[in-house]
Amino acid sequence: MELISHDILIVGGGGAGLRAAIAIGEENPALSVGVISKVYPMRSHTVSAEGGAAAVIKPSDSLENHIYDTISGADWMADQDAVELFVNEAPNEMIQLEHWGCPWSREPDGSVAVRPFGGMKIERTWFAADKTGFHMLHALFQTALKYNNVTRYDEWFATKLLVHEGTCQGVSALELRTGQIRAIGGKATILCTGGAGRIFPFTTNAAVKTGDGMSLAYRAGVPLKDMEFVQYHPTGLPGTGILITEASRGEGGILINKAGDRYLQNYELGEPLDVNHPEHPRKRAMELGPRDRLSQAFVQERKKGQTMEGPYGDFVHLDVRHMGQKKIDKKIPFVRELCRNYVGIDPVHELIPVRPVVHYVMGGVHTNNDGETPLPGLFAAGECACVSINGANRLGSNSLTELLVFGARAARAAVRFSTQTGSLATTEIIAQADQEQQRIRNQFFQPASGSETIAQLRVELTQSMESGAGIYRTENSLQATCNKIRELKERFQKVELADHSLTFNTELTTALELEYMLDVAEALAHSAVARTESRGSHQRTDHPDRDDERFLKHSLAYQTGGDPRIEYLDVVITRWPPGERHYGSK
Amino acid sequence: MAANEASQPEATISLEVFRYRPEQEDEPTFQRYEVPYREDWVVLDALNHIKDQIDGTLTYRWSCRMGVCGSCGMMVNGEPKLTCAAFLRDYYPQEIRIEPLNYFPVVRDLVINMDDFLDKLTEVQAWLVPEEEKPVSEGEYLQTPAELAQYKQFSMCINCMLCYSACPVYGQNPDFIGPAAIALAQRYNLDSRDGAADKRAEVIFSHEGIWECTFVGDCTRVCPKNVDPAGAIQQAKVTATSDWYRSVLVPWGK
Repeated sequence: MELISHDILIVGGGGAGLRAAIAIGEENPALSVGVISKVYPMRSHTVSAEGGAAAVIKPSDSLENHIYDTISGADWMADQDAVELFVNEAPNEMIQLEHWGCPWSREPDGSVAVRPFGGMKIERTWFAADKTGFHMLHALFQTALKYNNVTRYDEWFATKLLVHEGTCQGVSALELRTGQIRAIGGKATILCTGGAGRIFPFTTNAAVKTGDGMSLAYRAGVPLKDMEFVQYHPTGLPGTGILITEASRGEGGILINKAGDRYLQNYELGEPLDVNHPEHPRKRAMELGPRDRLSQAFVQERKKGQTMEGPYGDFVHLDVRHMGQKKIDKKIPFVRELCRNYVGIDPVHELIPVRPVVHYVMGGVHTNNDGETPLPGLFAAGECACVSINGANRLGSNSLTELLVFGARAARAAVRFSTQTGSLATTEIIAQADQEQQRIRNQFFQPASGSETIAQLRVELTQSMESGAGIYRTENSLQATCNKIRELKERFQKVELADHSLTFNTELTTALELEYMLDVAEALAHSAVARTESRGSHQRTDHPDRDDERFLKHSLAYQTGGDPRIEYLDVVITRWPPGERHYGSK
Repeated sequence: MAANEASQPEATISLEVFRYRPEQEDEPTFQRYEVPYREDWVVLDALNHIKDQIDGTLTYRWSCRMGVCGSCGMMVNGEPKLTCAAFLRDYYPQEIRIEPLNYFPVVRDLVINMDDFLDKLTEVQAWLVPEEEKPVSEGEYLQTPAELAQYKQFSMCINCMLCYSACPVYGQNPDFIGPAAIALAQRYNLDSRDGAADKRAEVIFSHEGIWECTFVGDCTRVCPKNVDPAGAIQQAKVTATSDWYRSVLVPWGK
């Protein structure tokens, strides 16, 4: 096997990966960069983000506001030094993207327009109608095309980190077109592989979001941090899980139950204002409360029998009719397009059925504020990483900005690291990639010995995650899920593939993805068992209170031969002492 | 419920699917699959059902299943479509024929090779080239909603390649830059922040094909995002004949 090598490798070609690639080009164009992505970069899941990206730009807003909204939204689990630098760097990153052509929606005077999102004191979400992620991703992808120090490996699937003498020196990757495993060396490697929503049955996440980078790091001994915190977005379309953006509520949409009541008023989210009231929608209240609280309110409403029943589960209604066609077409045209295409209703005239849906994993690969992981040479940014700025509940519209700020920071740190690093251990890392080729052949291409199918194991995994590790959890439910995952890991050894060909073998990549999902699910369920408190998105009915004394700490899950080992790390508190989360007060 | 299911056989629909496995066969074949018919299923759901339950070797691309990532374009009964937005109910009870997108090399089954498009996107410099670089510290470029509206439509391209597989000119002459790349070039040409329209025009018109485009408009008709590449090509030609010819071919005529 030959070694392909670059100064810096980026695994994943979504928002964080492309921002990182460009940052390296800006920082030091003499460095060669390899971007390894299992899909063409513009297919990455950043493309599906709708509502917007937060950064302080208007004189009426302040950095202090954005910091406070983020920290309180996170139920004080975010590291405050990280949040502070994130908020400080966000405006420049967003302006930079504007300079790269992102078609932000504008005010009449030509300045960038902003809208309110959940959990915000004041509107600060930049948007490109309701296809913000799509426009950001394409602007980044098209801008990245002009850097000729960047080599793309489109449709190459990373299978393992190549680690020699305690440093990460690259990855092995399956080239989909040829079916060959390749060794790709890099003095520094940045994981930008996104989240893992696909471990749940009902998710807004695209098929690609299978936790690949999280698992790659976990297998290399890097801990996964705060994995128990999973964000349910309150408004997904039943059946498909397609996201109806929070911007629909930021622009005035309301949530109503079976009786037609704005039920959020019963959950300490404030009093409803009439939709025609000039102050509607009020910030940090009612429909603009944080996502964790809104999703939990749905479950409580269901218990009271106040949700409606449909073929794809219970739902409530999102009503945007009062916005009128003109505003809907201008501000949330994609919502209308999605409702018409996938539900057969027109939100201009009809109510939209919605239910909570798995949307985002707050946890991820443990990094510091520069995207460095504990493994020298390995960096991570974006949803696959956990810095942490999102804590126990991410504020809507912080994740797109996070891709930019931390994609760039991780890239700059990787530049520093790679320029201080000597040559690669070529022979050793090629040998590791050879072994990886053997492992995959032996495990998946041996003649029929197994009896398990990928689809069956995946269904059992996702169902167990929902029943045991959903919006409300208990020790018993989580333990059952942990047991199930252990069983599925054993059964995975008996997976049999029908497809033994080399050319574009997507059955093989699906199997490798399932193996990643099992790792991520394992870290998640065990971290959740160990956290015997309720905080943000992690709600334990057997431990209903927040316990700062014992759990104002990040969890760190390490892979072992058996169950993961869970350790803890203090949350960084600087100027904002832990307090109560208040929403809905005037 | 169970009794009902037992007494009424589940409705099904046939899919006639293009297969090509380069390691096993020289020529493509078609394979028929019978899948459950559900009113709210799209063609992609049917393909996923085949992959999971019937035949793990069937190969195709997909990801977002909400019409924005651009992965799952295929020929559905001879028409280029995003399979995540093509409902079975629009074909039922007739059989549906699924093929890879026209005019592209086939890697395997329904997976095409689209490297050509990505090279062309780079060639036409589909990125913002400001007339004057402005430092980030000076804030955003101002752009009024009316200026945004000038190019917004062309910025909606998801690179799904349906327009190429509908384009008779591209089918004849792969050198043609093609609808999406020209629309994206035009997206930047019309952006008030950009100043590189001349450079892009040089590239677009140095390739063959554009003059053969007869505005059949099939690219615009099949576009799932209403981008109107045909309109972009027409605009580019008009600009070319007035500006580019004048400045490049008859520079003294300025």
